[in-house]
Amino acid sequence: MFIPHTDADRAAMLHTVGISKLEDLFKDVPEKYRFPTLNLPPAQTEMEIATELQEISLVNESAHDLVCFLGAGAYNHYVPAAVDAIIRRGEFLTAYTPYQPELSQGTLQAIFEYQSNVAALTGMEVCNASHYDGATAVAEAVNMAYANFRGKRNKIILSPTVHPQYRQTVRTYTEGSPIDLLGDDPHSDLKASPDGLIPLIDTDTALVVVQYPDFFGRINDYTKLAEAVHSVGALIAVSVNPIALGLLKDPGSMNADIVTGEGQPLGIPLSFGGPYLGLFATRKEFVRKMAGRLTGETVDNRGQRAYVLTLTAREQHIRREKATSNICTNEGLMALASTVYMSLLGKNGLRQVAELCFHKAHYAAERIANLPGYSLWSPTTFFNEFVIRCPAPAAEINDLLLDHDILGGYDLSQDYPELGNHLLIAVTEMNTRDQIDRFVEVLSEVNHG
Amino acid sequence: MGEPQLCDISVSGRQGIRFPHPDVPTYPLPQEFVREDLPLPELSELDVIRHYTRLSQLNYSIDTGYYPLGSCTMKYNPKINEETARYPGFAFSHPLQPVETMQGNLALMFALQEMLKEVGGFAGLTLQPAAGAHGELTGVLIIRAYHRSRGDIKRDKILIPDSAHGTNPATSAMTGLRVVEIKSDLRGNVDLESLKQECDETLAGLMLTNPNTLGLFDEHVEEVIHMVHAAGGLVYGDGANLNALLGIIRPGDVGFDVMHFNLHKTFSTPHGGGGPGSGPVGVAAHLMDFLPSPVVGIIEKGDEEMPPLYGFITPSKSIGRMKSFHGHFGMIVRAYTYISMHGGQGLRAIAEHAVLNANYLLSLIKGTYHLPYDRLCMHEFVVEGQWADAPDIHALDIAKRLMDYKFHPPTNYFPLIVHEALMIEPTESESKETLDAFADALIKIAVEAHHEPGLLKDAPHVTSVGRLDEVKAAKELVLCCGVSVHEK
Repeated sequence: MFIPHTDADRAAMLHTVGISKLEDLFKDVPEKYRFPTLNLPPAQTEMEIATELQEISLVNESAHDLVCFLGAGAYNHYVPAAVDAIIRRGEFLTAYTPYQPELSQGTLQAIFEYQSNVAALTGMEVCNASHYDGATAVAEAVNMAYANFRGKRNKIILSPTVHPQYRQTVRTYTEGSPIDLLGDDPHSDLKASPDGLIPLIDTDTALVVVQYPDFFGRINDYTKLAEAVHSVGALIAVSVNPIALGLLKDPGSMNADIVTGEGQPLGIPLSFGGPYLGLFATRKEFVRKMAGRLTGETVDNRGQRAYVLTLTAREQHIRREKATSNICTNEGLMALASTVYMSLLGKNGLRQVAELCFHKAHYAAERIANLPGYSLWSPTTFFNEFVIRCPAPAAEINDLLLDHDILGGYDLSQDYPELGNHLLIAVTEMNTRDQIDRFVEVLSEVNHG
Repeated sequence: MGEPQLCDISVSGRQGIRFPHPDVPTYPLPQEFVREDLPLPELSELDVIRHYTRLSQLNYSIDTGYYPLGSCTMKYNPKINEETARYPGFAFSHPLQPVETMQGNLALMFALQEMLKEVGGFAGLTLQPAAGAHGELTGVLIIRAYHRSRGDIKRDKILIPDSAHGTNPATSAMTGLRVVEIKSDLRGNVDLESLKQECDETLAGLMLTNPNTLGLFDEHVEEVIHMVHAAGGLVYGDGANLNALLGIIRPGDVGFDVMHFNLHKTFSTPHGGGGPGSGPVGVAAHLMDFLPSPVVGIIEKGDEEMPPLYGFITPSKSIGRMKSFHGHFGMIVRAYTYISMHGGQGLRAIAEHAVLNANYLLSLIKGTYHLPYDRLCMHEFVVEGQWADAPDIHALDIAKRLMDYKFHPPTNYFPLIVHEALMIEPTESESKETLDAFADALIKIAVEAHHEPGLLKDAPHVTSVGRLDEVKAAKELVLCCGVSVHEK
């Protein structure tokens, strides 16, 4: 199968090594633990495992079978066929990190183009070769900002409207450091404007983190907040949905210092939460403080344009305990997928997808808000997600929707107890008018029933 | 010249994919928020396909050739993995769906948790970490939380052997622990005397890679673990080199308290040009309550008629969440596929043949290249890339010359404790013929080094680009199409 050795090969190789049997290779392994019996299911052939996994996958009811209005950080967008065709090429799929540039120009130039596209999209000057996901990218922004002030500023302010899982991840990452996280205590006013964070900002503040659109789908202008942050010399990070940036002003234009984001909407399948893609971009003055790999353009000894990993002295394999982060493996193939996606859509295609999301979401919101018993939770402008107040607990409504083969919204009471009857609804270009109408019709039954 | 950049071939008005017109009324856009310009390239689908197909052809990969990178386990990545991970029931599942609709995914994750626990000898396991270094961070946070939960807050020291991967000290520093380096002895083992001196009441733990990055199984592993435990510390296992141990020994049995697995090394998920990986973490019974949230468990037992109901569980003293959602599920499906195709005996055969290949290759070249630790190796080994009678030749020159022989070079200049290190890991996937050809190339290069050193110094000659000007790259910092980052 995957081991090519014949009996003759094995015998010849053992002879060359100077031992008589395979077991003799393991004399350094303590005898009492050597060769345990592994209690695993018996080996299957390719044909058998293909069938078994087909059956397991069919136990699920996925967005393939159900109409999906669920988002909250992972979105059901169309993935063009060309994306998978490229990332399945063995030359990309089975290559290692491009540490040997002479044999890795394909991967290196693709990373360079990823950096270029993400910088353009976010309005930033530099972008690294990726983090694991939207959550860990925020955690790395926190680490970078803390290190930027050499530990002299301990306050990190997290808006309560940043994705709850991102904030939880930041808490785990900063557990061992003197960082104080504030801004998102359970009594926060979720409807307050982002400028409501301004009173918390002082000269002990290293970073303020906000989301754009925020977790509830709302579009806020962070220009004033950024001004307040900069007036005390602190930094501001904005976590984005990259599809929204096809339509909306980039955070760079609001003077953000760091832009992070979940890159999944850019051509990466839902795949039950991973692998996804952590976007991370910043201004040029922070390029040496940023974690992660970077590709730079240069020339070779024949005078040709070529690419190489650069500023590697920031990284763990050189700096060890003094590195900017421990990140090694990143999301290379997913970054490639997003690059192919952005290149296929281009400036007009990404705008088109963003507008489709916007219009369809607004159509859905308008129709739901007109149902008796339902209303929109916030009057603020939104992109493709919005919160509805329902006449029954969100979980009950989702159960009913599921009976009609609809994957309902995100039940906000899981993270915000005060939002007991509230659902976060996501609409993308994948949702047809018929699907939205059917969704609204089922919702209307709740009130009548 | 090479492949043009996307921004060079962009033509205004081209678009590689189109979308349907809106089937709903359109709504006024929030003009104050609409961006003026989106400077992305404009290309046709064929432009994009040709560009990236050509770029792919500039890469070396496992699918095109032998890739003996030490500590990277560049084994064959079976094609069936790529099929199973894309089954629609998996690929279209949303991470926040009700668990009742996701019983297939959860059953698979539960089964993989059980498989990895069995392979590693652990009582509990999380699939959440995204990569090896992320697994390390998870594991070290667990060690820290364990001591603190016992009120043992003075334990702030992590011991790391000088042969360790750079991620080990970088990880420990991220958790606020103090890193102390431990020397290796003359046979490549942890130096017991150095270890003993650091085993005090401030010891949080030891991070141990075994077999280590020299490819050697620590001859005193039981004693090392015993010393750390006796001082009240815990032992972290870096599972980077687990390929050597499958069915040979279970790290949990010898006393490792926590260990990460690299699904992208040991269990054949593709490296993807740098990722994604997957770094599940296994723990001994006394650490199960500290696992990150959530882990997959059975929330309602099944019977003859009904399968069990799987769900997500938050352990009682959990360190918290390491990332959004539940881990790299796509990698989890691939690893499940691979392990299912092997079974217990099959996994043992992987380790046996990985170790056989390494020792065979070592036997072929050890008269030619200096071997700093002359022992039977495990799945990889390290030789010196320099000779006393050809001092101008460095490991880097040998690495670059190997490219002319159409091989990917080994890892070089690592581990740091070997002078001019070349670290070679053949993996079990490679045939005797491939190893013979690789050894021949290495032996020819040794001859060239002594008689025609220029061939090495100028190498590579046959690649699409030659040696690069890395100083220029770092100085001029051109990191985006047409933009040079001039720093203040």
